[in-house]
Formats: sequence, structure tokens, C-alpha cells
Amino acid sequence: MSVDTDKSARARPEPIQAVPVRHPGRWVAVAVIGVLVAMFVHLLVTNQAFNWSFMIDNMFRPPIVAGVRGSIALLVTSMLIGIVLGVVIAIMRLSENPVLRGVSWAYTWFFRAVPRLVLAILFGNLGILWARIEFGLPFDRQIGALFGIQDFEARLFGFSAVDILTGFVAGMLALGLSEAAYMAEIIRAGIQSVDEGQTEAAQALGMNRGQILRRIVLPQAMRVIVPPTGNETIAMLKDTSLVAFVPVSAELFFQLRAVGSRTFQVFPMLVAATIWYLLLTSVLLAGQHYLERHFAKGTSRAGQAKARLRGMAVGGGGATGGGGGV
Amino acid sequence: MTGVTLPGQTGVPAAESGPMVHAEQVHKSFGSIEVLKGIDLQVRAGEVCCLLGPSGSGKSTFLRCINHLEKINAGWIRVDGELIGYRERGGKLHEMREKEVAAQRRAIGMVFQRFNLFPHKTALENVTEAPLLVRKEKRAEVRERAAALLERVGLGDKLGNYPSQLSGGQQQRVAIARALAMKPKLMLFDEPTSALDPELVGEVLDVMKDLAHDGMTMIVVTHEIGFAREVGDSLVFMDNGVVVESGNPREVIADPKHERTKAFLAKVL
Ligand SMILES: Nc1ncnc2c1ncn2[C@@H]1O[C@H](COP(=O)(O)OP(=O)(O)OP(=O)(O)O)[C@@H](O)[C@H]1O
Ligand SMILES: [Mg+2]
Repeated sequence: MSVDTDKSARARPEPIQAVPVRHPGRWVAVAVIGVLVAMFVHLLVTNQAFNWSFMIDNMFRPPIVAGVRGSIALLVTSMLIGIVLGVVIAIMRLSENPVLRGVSWAYTWFFRAVPRLVLAILFGNLGILWARIEFGLPFDRQIGALFGIQDFEARLFGFSAVDILTGFVAGMLALGLSEAAYMAEIIRAGIQSVDEGQTEAAQALGMNRGQILRRIVLPQAMRVIVPPTGNETIAMLKDTSLVAFVPVSAELFFQLRAVGSRTFQVFPMLVAATIWYLLLTSVLLAGQHYLERHFAKGTSRAGQAKARLRGMAVGGGGATGGGGGV
Repeated sequence: MTGVTLPGQTGVPAAESGPMVHAEQVHKSFGSIEVLKGIDLQVRAGEVCCLLGPSGSGKSTFLRCINHLEKINAGWIRVDGELIGYRERGGKLHEMREKEVAAQRRAIGMVFQRFNLFPHKTALENVTEAPLLVRKEKRAEVRERAAALLERVGLGDKLGNYPSQLSGGQQQRVAIARALAMKPKLMLFDEPTSALDPELVGEVLDVMKDLAHDGMTMIVVTHEIGFAREVGDSLVFMDNGVVVESGNPREVIADPKHERTKAFLAKVL
């Protein structure tokens, strides 16, 4: 490139045609990865232990599909419990009332300390503590005794604990209550990430605490809350396999293992489990992507650039809304 | 603005209508530090009161006491005759419930130094949010009023923009429109132009002047001496939690009586 200042000082310079930097290391890495992938594919195709045809035949059989449905139902219900209860516990944690703060702290402490597997088995065996679960006036017998009434009972309804607290409900409670402790921490961090000026502005407009939380703070906290919640959901999908110990049988992993051990084809069924979990997780990831996009409203840089272009198109007429003549 | 006396027509004696804002002996402490040490202030309806003072003198704190964002420790504040934050009953003060405090705040608009627009809502949604949610007005009516307000502050073509897509001056004008949408009888401004680039200050001040001419009662914390001189009906100079000097802005600025006022004005002029 010659520099000819006096003649072409304002002319557009030639595009740069330099030799790009070479990256030999990258090519070596690509070669190594290529070989490893080839070896893996070779293993998948040639090793008889995979028994692909058997796996495909069994992967979509009614009990397995019922297991998938059970796992999804467990995932959805336990995450719902986790999120709703998590919001409540997070709000308690941020409350000015020390009793509520204490309760929230104790809850989080307990359910984060105990492993989910232990919780699942524990909840499956709660029937040992209470034969029946009943709702009504608490301490009714004691109150009756106080007034001299023998066997005073003020109970609205009840059910047998063994009927309810085994299987699905026990698993759902174990997972959901434990999840609430983790979700509470995530939601608390999200709420605290929102600038205090937002709450003040909303208060100054006459909104009450509930309105501020629902309309102003939580929607903004979502940007911080959604990504780790996606993580939690995926972790929960895998943890649904723990309820096999409650025991719950309408669950994906339990069903696949049952087929595996009945037919002595354990390995293909493990591969089938892997594939099922990969599929379900991919669906969850796609959902997370759309949620994140939704809550990035007003902050996404792409959106900004688009609006700037639009603004330029509109502002062409000179009416860009600059102040002055108001 | 409806329901507000225009400045030219304020023939009504103060005794009959009473001041719009009346504060007596307002004290406020944060922990052991006393920030407000007995503030007295009266602002009549339709007046623009400019609040000046060095940093840390308690201007923001006092403004926040007026709409009960801060609880005062002693004294009282009345807005349009209503005691803020408390109810008198049987010679005793009762703390108001959150709902009642919120109701009082509806009539008091506030504009912040850092705008505090809701970033997840468009300019129009920022303005319509509170009338819809708090005043429970009809959507179509609110939308129309909000669009008119944004038009009035010069942002008629920015209704669909998010705050991040607006300049500082534009954001502050949206914030003013947002406060006006609640039909307040009093507007509080806390250094509304301090966070703006110099060339954007004018557009916000113009909106405020327009508002003052329409008869809005305003308390404005500002370092814009020109604005105070031109638009202000009264000027209050605060330092270290007390009112040092107050009076007609043109007179105080031209001929400050107090040493501290002189020293402050010499710095900002
Ligand atoms: N929430 C709070 N907790 C403790 N101290 C506070 C709090 N808010 C304000 N203060 C203190 O009160 C004093 C007055 O603050 P204030 O914000 O009212 O001053 P200001 O006059 O508005 O100053 P500036 O011009 O810098 O905005 C300062 O010393 C400040 O540190
Ligand atoms: Mg301040």
C-alpha cells in the first residue's frame, strides 16, 4: 500500500489484503477429535452388546411410555411445588418479620441438608408416623379434656396415610419440598438483583407491595431467575429416577431397568435411558431458550439495534421528538 | 392540569384553602445521625418551590418524607390538608396502613434523579401501568391519556420504545409523563436533570416550565439556578438539615443574606 498524501488524501483507501494468522493447533485438535468420533461410531455400530434392534423394539413399549409420562408428571408437579413454595419462602426470607425470616431460614437449612434420596425414602415411609392424616381443630382432644369432655374430636375430613403417602404423592412431595429450598435461594437472589429505585418509583405511584412484586420486581428478577431454574428443572428430570426408592413404579428409569433385568439385556436398556433423558432435556432446553428471550424484553441488544434503525427511518423527517418546543 | 389553581388566579387567601404542602418541625434520623433537624415549609397551590443546598444537606430525604417513602421521627407534614402517614384520632396519632399510605401517594407525583423507569415496559406501558393497576381505569381511556401526555412531553413518536432505547432526556420526560398520568395535585422533583448530559438538560426543564405555567404545584430540588430564578415562586436553601434561608428566588439569588447561602451560590453560579 503506497501512501500518496497530496493526491488521494480523502479518497477511500484500498481494502486491506494481509496474510491471516495461521492456527495450526486448531487443525491438530480437529484431527484428534475426528479420530475419536470415528472410533466411537465404530464401537456403536460393531459392538454386539448394544443390540440396537432389541433396544428400539423395547424403547417405545406401553410400560416404558407410561414411565415417561410418569416422569414428566412428577417433573411438572414437583417443579410447580418448588417454584410456588420457593416464591413464598423467598418473600418470607426478605420480610421484615424476624419470625418469618427464621422459619424460612430453617426450611432452607433442613431441605438443603438432607439428600433427596433419603427424603424420597423418608416420605415413602411417613405412614409409620401417622396411620391417618386428618384436618380440623388442632389439639382437639386436649382442648376437650380442658372442658371436661371425653374424646372430643373436631375433625373435618381425613384419609389413610398409607393410601396417599406412598407412591406418586410421596415422591412428588419429597422432590417438590426439597426443590422449594433451592428455588427460594434462586428467587431471593433474583429479587435482590432488581434496583431499589424500581420499588421506590412504584411506591411513589401508589402501588402496594403485592402489585410491586407481581408487576415490577418479579418480571425483572426473571432474567436472573430463569437460567438457574432451567438448570434445576433439568436436574429434577434426572432426580425423578430417585422415586424408584419410594417406591414408585410409573417412572421411566424403573421401567427401563425392569425390562433390562427381565430380559437380561441390561446394557441396551441403559442406552435407551440415556437417549430418553437426552430427548427430554433437549425439549426443556428449547423451552428455556424461549423463556429467556421473553424475559429479556427491553434489554436485548438486538432489540435496541432494531429500534435504532426504526428510529432513524422515522427520524428522517426531522421530528425525532427532541425537546424544546413542548 | 385539572383541579389546580392557575398562578395568575391565586387570589384565594391562604387561610381559606390552606397551603398545598405544610411541613412543621420535621425531624428525621437514620440510626443516631439526625439528617433533618426541624424543617418548616409551606407551598401554596400552584406554586413552584425550589429547594437548594449542598450535597448531604437532606434535600432528597425531606422530599422523600413528603410522600412517606421515609418515616419522620417528629413534626408533621400535611399535603392538601391531609396528614401524611398518620391519622389523628382522639388526640393520638395512629400509623396508617400500607394501603392508606399508597392511596395518599397517588396524589403526589415523584420524579427521580435516575429516572427509575420500568425497563421491561415500553414508554407507553410505563405511563399506563399505574392508572390501570392502581386507579383501575378503563384501558382505552388510560391509553389515550398516556399517549396525549407523551405527545405533550415531545415523545409522541416513541410510545413503543423501551427505556433502553431512549436517551436520558427522553427517559426523564417519560418519567414525568408517568407521574402526571396519576393526575397528581403535587409534583416532587429530585434533581431531575443532574444525571443528564448538558445538552439534554434543556428539554427536561422545558417540560417542567410548561407544567409550572399550567399551574402544577411543584417542589423541585435542583442546582439549576436559572430555572429557580425564572420559574420559582419561592426558594428554600437548606444546609445540614435545617432551612438556612428562604424567600423570593430572584431576591435570594441576587442578594443572599446568609454566609452559607452566599458560599453555595458562589460555587454553583
Ligand atoms: N437510607 C439512609 N441511611 C442512612 N443514611 C442516609 C440514608 N439516606 C440518606 N442518608 C444520609 O442523610 C444525609 C442527607 O442525604 P440526602 O440524600 O437527603 O442529601 P441531599 O441533600 O439530597 O444530597 P445530594 O445533593 O447529594 O443528593 C446524608 O448524609 C446521607 O448520607
Ligand atoms: Mg439528593
